[in-house]
Amino acid sequence: MALARIRMAEQARRGELVEVQLLIQHPMETGFRRDANGERVPRNAIHSFACSYNGSEVFRATLSTGIAANPMLRFYFVAAETGEVRFWWLDDDEVEGSARARLMVA
Amino acid sequence: MNRRRFVALSVLAVPVSAYAQANAHISTTDPLVFSLTKGKTVNPGRVRLELPRLAENGYSVPMTVRVDSPMTAAQHVRAVHLISEKNPVREMASFWLGPHSGRAEIASRIRLNGSQRMVAIAELSDGSFWSDALDIEVLEAACTEAG
Repeated sequence: MALARIRMAEQARRGELVEVQLLIQHPMETGFRRDANGERVPRNAIHSFACSYNGSEVFRATLSTGIAANPMLRFYFVAAETGEVRFWWLDDDEVEGSARARLMVA
Repeated sequence: MNRRRFVALSVLAVPVSAYAQANAHISTTDPLVFSLTKGKTVNPGRVRLELPRLAENGYSVPMTVRVDSPMTAAQHVRAVHLISEKNPVREMASFWLGPHSGRAEIASRIRLNGSQRMVAIAELSDGSFWSDALDIEVLEAACTEAG
């Protein structure tokens, strides 16, 4: 279960640059940390992330434990048509997460 | 070494030294860099990696990487790779972009296992590689048990 907070403009003009800032709630466990009982906490980090806009991919990333807990990503894409922006990610436990936002293009 | 051999070698030496100079800021023989570039020259410039010079701890360090590119169908950034010198997982992140990105800029927050040199390598649509390297001092490492 992962929660995400998206910061993105709701409207844009055609051809305008849209900034996306995404914050995903995830421990990005490194596999090196020990819990209170001295047991190693197994590695679990988001390793794949993708963002699609109206069905076509506009941004993709492979991440590692080198990304801080509760990963933040900020990137850009160009507004074309009114439609849906989808975010998808997958962690080492094969748990998928997703989020979506709507962009109105005038 | 006879004279003929010396002349032949010195002709060879010129492109080799030019190659070495272009790569001086980054180790192209580093297996991780090699796996990304397939041995191609990595030019300094066009990429700007922004990190604080000093971080109190390595748990969450703000990072921005920008690549100077018009981001058109003909000329754009294909990928940006972020490499750490000292982290247990050296390949920190890779980002794939395209002309639809509009601007080649990505920001995130990274973990650092102590003071080190960070490298960002950008792969452009024409197949060339560009990079920036930056030293950052980290007072408290993110993974003290990582060894």
